[in-house]
Amino acid sequence: MTSPGSHLVAGLDIGSRSIELVLLEEGQVVHWDLLPTTYDPVKQCQSLLARVQVRRVVATGYGRRLAVEYLGHPEVQTITEIQAYALGARHLAPEVRTILDIGGQDTKAILLTPEGKVAKFEMNDRCAAGTGKFLEFMAVALQIPLTEFGAFALTADRRITLSSMCTVFAESEATSLMARGEKPANIALGLHLAIVSRTVAMLRRVGVVSPLLFAGGVAHNVAVRLLLEEALGEKVLVPEQPDLVGALGAALYGWRHLREGNGPRQRADQ
Amino acid sequence: MPTPYDEMWEKLNLDLDAHEQLLQVLGKFYGDIYLSQEGRLKGMEYLDFVLSEVHGLRIKELQEAKAQGRRVIGTFCVFVPEELILAADGVCVGLCAGAEIGKEAAEKILPRNTCALIKSFVGFKLSRLCPFIESCDLVVGETTCDGKKKAYEIFADYAPVYVMEIPQMKQACDRELWRAEILRFKNKVEEITGRTITADKLKEAIRLVNARRRVLQRLNELRAAIPTPISGRDVLLINQVSFYDDPVRFTARIGELCDELEKRVQAGEGIVPAGTPRLMLSGCPMAVPNWKLPYIIESSGAVIVGEESCIGTRNIRDLVDESGQSLEEMLDALVDRYLRIDCACFTPNVERLEHIVQMARDLQVNGVIHFALNFCQPYAMEAFKVSRALEKAGIPMLALETDYSMEDVEQLKTRVEAFVEMVR
Repeated sequence: MTSPGSHLVAGLDIGSRSIELVLLEEGQVVHWDLLPTTYDPVKQCQSLLARVQVRRVVATGYGRRLAVEYLGHPEVQTITEIQAYALGARHLAPEVRTILDIGGQDTKAILLTPEGKVAKFEMNDRCAAGTGKFLEFMAVALQIPLTEFGAFALTADRRITLSSMCTVFAESEATSLMARGEKPANIALGLHLAIVSRTVAMLRRVGVVSPLLFAGGVAHNVAVRLLLEEALGEKVLVPEQPDLVGALGAALYGWRHLREGNGPRQRADQ
Repeated sequence: MPTPYDEMWEKLNLDLDAHEQLLQVLGKFYGDIYLSQEGRLKGMEYLDFVLSEVHGLRIKELQEAKAQGRRVIGTFCVFVPEELILAADGVCVGLCAGAEIGKEAAEKILPRNTCALIKSFVGFKLSRLCPFIESCDLVVGETTCDGKKKAYEIFADYAPVYVMEIPQMKQACDRELWRAEILRFKNKVEEITGRTITADKLKEAIRLVNARRRVLQRLNELRAAIPTPISGRDVLLINQVSFYDDPVRFTARIGELCDELEKRVQAGEGIVPAGTPRLMLSGCPMAVPNWKLPYIIESSGAVIVGEESCIGTRNIRDLVDESGQSLEEMLDALVDRYLRIDCACFTPNVERLEHIVQMARDLQVNGVIHFALNFCQPYAMEAFKVSRALEKAGIPMLALETDYSMEDVEQLKTRVEAFVEMVR
């Protein structure tokens, strides 16, 4: 999978729920792919890279170190998700100042300077409240396919407030609402509203400057998108493939370094 | 494995098996975090030695002092005037409380949402693993936060606790309260030690503690050099050890280490590549062996050049005025010096904000990492005002809350690495 003659740069975003690959040639996306993370993320990364010859790999996401240690590629760099999303988002929409990423297990709010540098960021702490995992869990509880969960929530006929954001407690809260005869769609909307209100609070902590780009797998969810726009009082940009922004940013980082003739940067701990 | 200290530990009623395991874990942890560093000063060997003998030789010294009729007094806070203890020929040891030990036992008598430091000192005691606590004739608590205040009430069932009341404001009436508390403590120390604190003895003790503060001030001045001549981890360790090592010996050895450091600074030698982001830590104290965050930071391509913390500049910034001749004058000097401490327990606490900004500027840092222990309300709340003050000064800040467990290491790494990328 390695080839010194190749000009391809791979960006790998090794997340908690899925792994995305973006391949760049001369700064242009030539290929992308994604797989679930599973219990063997290294194998999944290897499958993604199996049929391609790449010059350099830049890994991001919580599993980025796995790529350095186990991928067996001579040129592997790592950057954090924060930097990867900043690079990817600015590439897709050069005027972007705020990025929201809701992924499988974490949520990030990033404020950029006008030049595109990271000025401030916030991440949720060690629990999955308000993330993709939360939605996944609740969709199962309400027996709605995940991909239809947002649209289902939008069929609600009234807004109810769920007070718990903890994945475990929210399920028991939803269960007791069902027991009281509340319509599943109304409960679904309540769950979506809870995510959005938590997310907006995080965005306010970094300060929202327009335009805002919404990335990560949860950006596929139409209800979260609409409720977010409603809460912020403005349109948000959602890229065509919101889950690829991190992998794209990682690949761009590698491509820029390659173009500048820099080797993979040696970090102080290596 | 038998050690020359087993008999002593047994006499101190330690849980010998669990204690052996603790020392093994600590040794491995120390090896990974400290001994793996490159380009360390030769003078750090003393610190390696002291730490390797933390529950051995130092405890033996305490037993010998006790055998000579001296008393051992343990403290948890930089507000406790060590000078009074030394003036009564007492031995003062700062009790560390930086390890996740006996957490389950501690949680039987404390709420789960109690900070790791409080759980640690209670846990160490309940699981019989700290020879320092077991050697203490008196353990001095203080009312710096509600958690500690109420925990000492419970702790008093297990150890000889004495509590000092720390004022929460700095008005004239608060100074009166604090003066009364220092006098009350002086009487207590005299009662416990059976010695009278004379003007001469107090003068000597003030000089002794000031000398230790001065050598740590010198260390901080030298380590501020660019390129950075010593890791933040090592400086933190020196500060940590200053709380329980013999003050005369410690001051002499750190003086020698500073001489070595000075040569390195003059030669322009650094321990990290030029351009490595310089960060400052600010917030809660990091007690032995809480090296988690410094290790993460210095493994993420940054170097720590300052600690705005009780185990750092808060403990050494101010000296006690040495000009007093009478006992009264010296006690007043103690009152004033200790009341200058800018602990988050005070309201308002503008001095701390000013100190942080000034320190960050003086040290030419690229950013500040604010560290609060989970459930530490005073510092967690002040993080907001600190971030505002630093923002005004154009200095980036990352606020982190964590504890002694290792479960959030990856999340912390991501935040710290992203912050380093941001300030680079």
